[in-house]
Amino acid sequence: MSAAKETGLHPVQSYLPSADTMARRRRLRYLADTAAAWTVRAGGGGVVVALALIFVYLFSEVVPMFRGASVERTNQFAAPSAADGDDPVLALERYDTIGMRHSADGRLSYFMLEDGRLLEQVQMAVPDGVTIESMAFGEPRSRRVAYGLSDGTAIVVDHETRLEFNDGERSVLPDPAFPLGPTPVTVDDEGRALASLAVQRDRNGDTGLAAQTEDGRLLFVHFETITSFLTGESEVKRQAWTVPSPPGALRELQLTSNLWSLIGVGDDGQLMYWDIANPGSAVLRDLASAVEGDERVTELKMLNGTFSMVVGTSEGRLSQWFLVRDERATAGDNIFSLARVRDFDRHPGAITRIQPEYTRKGFAVVDDAGGLGLHYGTSARTLYLEQVSDVPLRAVGISPVDDQIIVEDDTGTITRFDVWNKHPETSLKALWGKVWYEGRQDPEYVWQASSGSDSFEPKYSMVPLTIGTLKAAFFAMLFAMPLAIAGAIYTAYFMAPKLRGYVKPTIEVMEALPTVILGFLAGLWLAPFLENHIPAVFTVLVGLPLSFLLVAWGFSRLPQSLRLAVPPGWEAAILLPVIALVVWGLVSLSPLIEVWFFDGSMRQWFTDIGITYDQRNALVVGIAMGFAVIPTIFSIAEDAVFTVPRHLTQGSLALGATPWQTVTRVVLLTASPGIFSAVMIGFGRAVGETMIVLMATGNSPVLNFNIFEGMRTLSANIAVELPETAVHSTHFRILFLAGLVLFVITFTVNTIAEVVRQRLRERYSSL
Amino acid sequence: MRQWFKSGDPWIWLIGGGLAISLIMVIGLLTLIAVRGFGHFWPSPIVSTTATTAAGETRQVLGVMVRSETLPAQRVREAGQDIPADQELVTRHLIKVGNRDLNGRDFVWYLDSALGELNYPEGALRIERREWGNFYGFGRALERGGQVAARGENLWPQLQEAIARANELHQRIETLERVEIGGINSKLEALRLERRSLELRDVSGQALTAAQADLRARQAELDRRYEDIQAERRALMEESERDVLIAETAAGREVRIALNNIVRASRNNAMGLFDRIGFYGHSIGEFLSGYPREANTEGGIFPAIFGTVTMVLIMSVLVTPFGVLAAIYLREYARQGVILKLIRVSVYNLAGVPSIVFGVFGLGFFVYLLGGTIDDLFYPERLPAPTFGTPGLFWASLTLALLTLPVVIVSTEEGLARIPRTIREGSLALGATKWETLWKVVVPLSAPAMMTGLILAVARAAGEVAPLMLVGVVKLAPSLPIDGEFPYVHLERKIMHLGFHIYDVGFQSPNVEAARPLVYATALTLVMLILILNLSAIAIRNRLREKYRAESD
Repeated sequence: MSAAKETGLHPVQSYLPSADTMARRRRLRYLADTAAAWTVRAGGGGVVVALALIFVYLFSEVVPMFRGASVERTNQFAAPSAADGDDPVLALERYDTIGMRHSADGRLSYFMLEDGRLLEQVQMAVPDGVTIESMAFGEPRSRRVAYGLSDGTAIVVDHETRLEFNDGERSVLPDPAFPLGPTPVTVDDEGRALASLAVQRDRNGDTGLAAQTEDGRLLFVHFETITSFLTGESEVKRQAWTVPSPPGALRELQLTSNLWSLIGVGDDGQLMYWDIANPGSAVLRDLASAVEGDERVTELKMLNGTFSMVVGTSEGRLSQWFLVRDERATAGDNIFSLARVRDFDRHPGAITRIQPEYTRKGFAVVDDAGGLGLHYGTSARTLYLEQVSDVPLRAVGISPVDDQIIVEDDTGTITRFDVWNKHPETSLKALWGKVWYEGRQDPEYVWQASSGSDSFEPKYSMVPLTIGTLKAAFFAMLFAMPLAIAGAIYTAYFMAPKLRGYVKPTIEVMEALPTVILGFLAGLWLAPFLENHIPAVFTVLVGLPLSFLLVAWGFSRLPQSLRLAVPPGWEAAILLPVIALVVWGLVSLSPLIEVWFFDGSMRQWFTDIGITYDQRNALVVGIAMGFAVIPTIFSIAEDAVFTVPRHLTQGSLALGATPWQTVTRVVLLTASPGIFSAVMIGFGRAVGETMIVLMATGNSPVLNFNIFEGMRTLSANIAVELPETAVHSTHFRILFLAGLVLFVITFTVNTIAEVVRQRLRERYSSL
Repeated sequence: MRQWFKSGDPWIWLIGGGLAISLIMVIGLLTLIAVRGFGHFWPSPIVSTTATTAAGETRQVLGVMVRSETLPAQRVREAGQDIPADQELVTRHLIKVGNRDLNGRDFVWYLDSALGELNYPEGALRIERREWGNFYGFGRALERGGQVAARGENLWPQLQEAIARANELHQRIETLERVEIGGINSKLEALRLERRSLELRDVSGQALTAAQADLRARQAELDRRYEDIQAERRALMEESERDVLIAETAAGREVRIALNNIVRASRNNAMGLFDRIGFYGHSIGEFLSGYPREANTEGGIFPAIFGTVTMVLIMSVLVTPFGVLAAIYLREYARQGVILKLIRVSVYNLAGVPSIVFGVFGLGFFVYLLGGTIDDLFYPERLPAPTFGTPGLFWASLTLALLTLPVVIVSTEEGLARIPRTIREGSLALGATKWETLWKVVVPLSAPAMMTGLILAVARAAGEVAPLMLVGVVKLAPSLPIDGEFPYVHLERKIMHLGFHIYDVGFQSPNVEAARPLVYATALTLVMLILILNLSAIAIRNRLREKYRAESD
């Protein structure tokens, strides 16, 4: 400014913004810069976090499965019509609003669970001078209880409830029912007291009663309820049989719900099993001791489905038993024997009551030391075992939806608990170990998640699925590895550069080919094709390499001039028509081979020598999935071989090694980590591949390594079952676990491969 | 010989053979799909011949030869067919005889020895029907309102005209049903929801009566319009039932085919080359633009193409900004070190995590957790029917976006790394801030890399099926995800998808043999889509490489 004055020039209006504006703009620009930096950090970091969330979320869905049960006391009240020395039966209804109590003196009380208020009481019609001698209850979901009387009769009552809706308000009301009528029905024609009793409702709604009289006779009575179509009246038809008597007095008696078997236990701990499928010729099939020393059996109950029973003893021991088909029996015979399947954690006091759950294979147990336990059959888990009372407990009732429990102690006080026990079926052992399932001969690995039956025992062994996954991946790698690695070495080292420019992109484009297309071709085209041309599989396997050698030998015998006309690195191109020709020839020959050597049908021949052949088998999957992983392995392995520093190979060649020697002794050794990582990544891909295995394996969860049988993989299992399962059920979470296992396997495999590859890159740059 | 082995030559040939096998499989697979897929539309000649049954009866057979195979005789015997004991091999042909309504099955295997001479009668007619699959036979007469309108020479041209008319009527009925009635139904549903929402909001008194009266009036209006449309539809239906084709099967049985049941009739044997090409083009057009029929085993795949494209587009919109942002963060802003290296390897490795795992995550997290929450907050009147708490278009897109995120990140990062340092430093030296350098110099230069990443992502997403089975794809969607109803793009709707269509039609359909050609054609469509996407990605990448090689020199 001052300079302008001095020289006498007029100050020129600057076109640049003023210093103020500049400063403001600069501030704005820096502000924008900072804002952008934070936006990018937030966005980019957010994406990274979101990706990490996948793992966290999968994990969070799986964790609840391995939590035990939690039990929380809510309230306490005096039991209605309680008496000293009572031995009541407790039950709850589905909405957890009212409870039911059968007392040993023949009163059925309905009471509110929140305060113990009595709603309704029914007194059993016990004739004068007759007393109640025994009580029995059937499967919990039948809600059926029977009282055995001193005159050889019994009263059967169902503690039903009904729902009523008023203005959208739901109320649960007592609705007791007497399926055989309110008056006692005759069990023992001789009129002796019923010392122990069992009751069960079968699938048709008929009632079975079994009883031991005070003089030791064992009786089985079947009441069939026939409803007339015309009048709507029902009539009860009674049939009675005498069953071979046990050696002594029985402490507990149980019937299966198909009314085919009768289980009893004596005071001395002898378990007994009668086959009464044909009641006229019932027989005592098996005896087994459930105790040691002077331990006594105090309780015996059947779990849901009445396949297995749980025995509780005076020492607080619990064991599960069921009937196993006798190995000595010939096929078709229905001869069973008792088998002790598993034991549970021991209770501190003598077991006083076992109460099975309504829809699962679990049960609640109370003992005379005030302990309450929750156990589960299939997984052999004890989910909860704690002392909840200072006084001995004598009864326990469990909610049909397994979220509430009531217990009654010897003073007649009922305590109610809230229960969280959603996933007792799983444990590490049940998922990964052999489990002895109901109705099976031995402990096994089985995956069978659902069935139509109510009393179905879900079988969640991950072993068949994991083995299936590995089997599929193994055969795929068996097919893909030699082809991809051979191809990669050839392309990178021997192939003419011009050809390489076409070959590499061609194979790499294959990587993008949707696997659903490979799967559909495998299932609909390849599987039937292979089934029709089994011999060709073997002949091609042998024939192709032989033909390559033959061509190679023939080529080496050609006159020099002809040989030199073919530039080096074109071997593969020459072989293309050879392969086409050989494969075509061997395939057309295949039916003839079957006729000549296998009596016209190789498949039949396989069956005859004891090999199962499924149309959709591991061979088909191996080829199709191998096809899917060839490009992956090829591409990475080719890169690894191609980037082996030139001076190494040239040095080797200069020392007089042949190209083949250079490849095997120098190139392969240097590139082996790269090839290894290629194989790992290919393996990772094969493990997680879903559509091909879904479409080409038949999806039966069998456990073997036969190449001609199918399998079910973890991924296909998720695709098949996840859309159908109930949200947050155990099955749902196990499928999430399968997802997590896949995630962890592939992530680990890929990470190892990536680390190896980066190491290799560093080594190359230092060479 | 030993010398020769020692030279290593045979081994080179062997590994060369390994490559050749891979190549032949690739080529063979593409050829197989192309031949079967394209072949499906070609008007194949209609064969007329006689077949002798085991009982010695001779029957007329008319149909299209599908394929032939030669088997050991024993295999056929096992299947229960009687073959003379001295015969070792048998050749048999699968002929599509159609007429499923008459024969019960439309594909029959015939032994070569049982077939008589093959003829190709000019008058043989192939009629594509809306129900019961194709009909093969001979046209006899055209009936119009119970009167014979054409026969003999006249029949063919008259038939063509009548079919065109019937098709147009069918089109109009279809439009009525799809657009008009569909629109009314969705408005009725909206009314129901409004009523429910009144209940939920506890509206009472004056406001409630007013609202209810309004609802009633609108309901009445809709009911009236519905009646009108129904009447129009009935009239059109009656119109379309006017014409009937009387045809005769090969066995001489007379069949009446209402023209509203005919999609197209052709005399394959009488066609010239140009007719054939015209027919071919027409068939392909119809396949790409038509709706599926007969439990997806016939008709077109338009909804599947539309669903795939819509889903992929939404996915692109979701994945691009986040992928690019993450890449810029990783490359430009994050502090380089061991932890970043770990993060980078993890992100890259996510590309190798099985897609079904993403599906599991999408179902649990997006659908049940996010979707369930959205329903509770914004759509209480629709509960218990879920809106977003069930698999649908948006969740499918989001899951695929997550799945393809690593692809975009990797590709963008590569692009960013490839920008020469000189360019960056030049910009900074001129006084630009870091952000300005990025936004105005680096990002535009690496845009093609981002493009490549996006295209690769799209190609991967278009072919991915497994996760979609969990998060939003169905075998038959009642309506397209984009239509004329407000809000036009229905993110909560379920969609059809090309890949899933292949799985569903090929493996879940009752008539696999009939569906097979359609599966090949669908597969061909998908393969072409993906090959084109991939090849363009490769082309862009190559051009990019050339460009920077020139610039950095």
